Amino acid sequence: MASKPVPVPTPETRPFWDGCAAGELRIQRCTDCGRPYFYPRPVCPHCGSADVEWFTASGEATLYSYVINHRPAPGFEEDAPYAIAVVQLAEGPRMMANIVGIPATPEALELDMPLRVRFEQRGEMSLPVFGPATEEAAAEAAAETAAEAAAEAAAETAAEAAR
Amino acid sequence: MSGSTGVIIAGAAETDEIGKLPGHSTLQLHVEGALNAVADAGLTLRDIDGIATVSSPGPVQVAHALGITPGWIDGTGVGGTSFLLHVRHAVAAIRAGYARTILITHGESGRSRVGAAPFRLAASSPPGQFEAPYGTFGPTTTFTIPALRYMKEYGLTHEQLAYVAVAQRRWAAKNPRAMFRDPITVEDVLASKMVAYPFHLLECCLVTDGGGALVVASADRAAEFPKPAVHILGTGESSETPMISQMADFTESRAFRLAGRAAFAEAGISTSDVDHLMIYDAFAHVPIYGLEALGFVGKGEAGPFIADGNTEPGGRLPLNTNGGGLSYTHTGMYGMFAIQEGVRQLRGEAAAQAGDPQISVILGNGGMFATAGVLVLGRNAR
Repeated sequence: MASKPVPVPTPETRPFWDGCAAGELRIQRCTDCGRPYFYPRPVCPHCGSADVEWFTASGEATLYSYVINHRPAPGFEEDAPYAIAVVQLAEGPRMMANIVGIPATPEALELDMPLRVRFEQRGEMSLPVFGPATEEAAAEAAAETAAEAAAEAAAETAAEAAR
Repeated sequence: MSGSTGVIIAGAAETDEIGKLPGHSTLQLHVEGALNAVADAGLTLRDIDGIATVSSPGPVQVAHALGITPGWIDGTGVGGTSFLLHVRHAVAAIRAGYARTILITHGESGRSRVGAAPFRLAASSPPGQFEAPYGTFGPTTTFTIPALRYMKEYGLTHEQLAYVAVAQRRWAAKNPRAMFRDPITVEDVLASKMVAYPFHLLECCLVTDGGGALVVASADRAAEFPKPAVHILGTGESSETPMISQMADFTESRAFRLAGRAAFAEAGISTSDVDHLMIYDAFAHVPIYGLEALGFVGKGEAGPFIADGNTEPGGRLPLNTNGGGLSYTHTGMYGMFAIQEGVRQLRGEAAAQAGDPQISVILGNGGMFATAGVLVLGRNAR
């Protein structure tokens, strides 16, 4: 089975990936117009200034949009169906991410629900993903996931018994 | 000279067949489309002095295969709308005197992948770093992502999204060249296999083989060509984002809007002048975004507009009359086929002829809401 893609940093994106390795979501902002932005690049996309700086974002976000993919990319076979989402950071910029710790169903994935960043090991790299915003929400989602898994296992057992 | 560019489409044709063509390479499809378009213009390859197409195989390969040594080359490759941009650039080249007779070709073995370039995304590119690690896998996993946001903001229903495919199938049913012709219902669409929620299989375009080409020349020469001239009245182009995650507003395409505004302004028309419309439909939500970006309806109104029957046979705004990418054909870079249908409608030679249109508008998309091209075509110079 193919392995999942591992991002390869470039000089202008290296601070972002170094941040992820340290468990921090570091993005950029313009020191002239003050607006934060993502993805990493050397010029502010809002005002064109080259006076930009890195800062650590809160890691809080909301669910902006997503699909639930049923045709897995190579390496994602065991994850399907999985959510490919775009989240909106509390600071404003948006980024793509997977949603973890919440069932990949339209019912569980409500647009604008609060999320919080987590980091997933991918090869030598640490990759930001997003999950429930609070421990209570995480526990609730985990219970839902466990209930689903139990139901699935029961169905499988029943199917085997029928054979 | 607002109202017309002074340049025409003198020849237009597709490959003999479209669909599943394992016996044709990508290059062969370019060549066959080129020969058909040049013949349609009553010319020979010796008459061509400018060439435009996308890589690969690209303009050098195509020109060489055809024995053309061009004095003007355009290799603009910005996805499926590239051919609309080629038309726009050809207009400028002809007006500047850089070329006299320009050939624009498309060929793609999208389904059979014969002689086709492999798809590779560098892991160090922005999408390689910031999208691919999340399991994106082609357009079905990226182009589709904005739709749920639109549905929440504007109340578009799953049924209305499905109806886009139903409406276009009604046009395809009249077109013997369309790959899918059997009538479908909203229930059929919603019962088809889930590809990437909220998109079912029938809300995603086909994957086919085929090609086509255009011959572009000065309007002064219109009488030289056997077919009625199709006048290029206005054109526009734009780009927004290389990554779907960075689209500014998931409920509207800025590139569609800017390209449309430029083309309509150059042609000196408004939406009420438009008799026929083609909007690149890689997925069912794209015509919805297109109708709103071009100003045919207000924000949030396109879903109900299509579901009310306005764009299907008998409706007041015939849209995607070949059946579109959803039912006719979609090689991967569909824009050439959208232009071809606009030309056929203005010439009165379409399989599903939508009355007697005087003005046809073509909106092309490239990538995942990445680029846009718009052409305003007319039966007459205005």
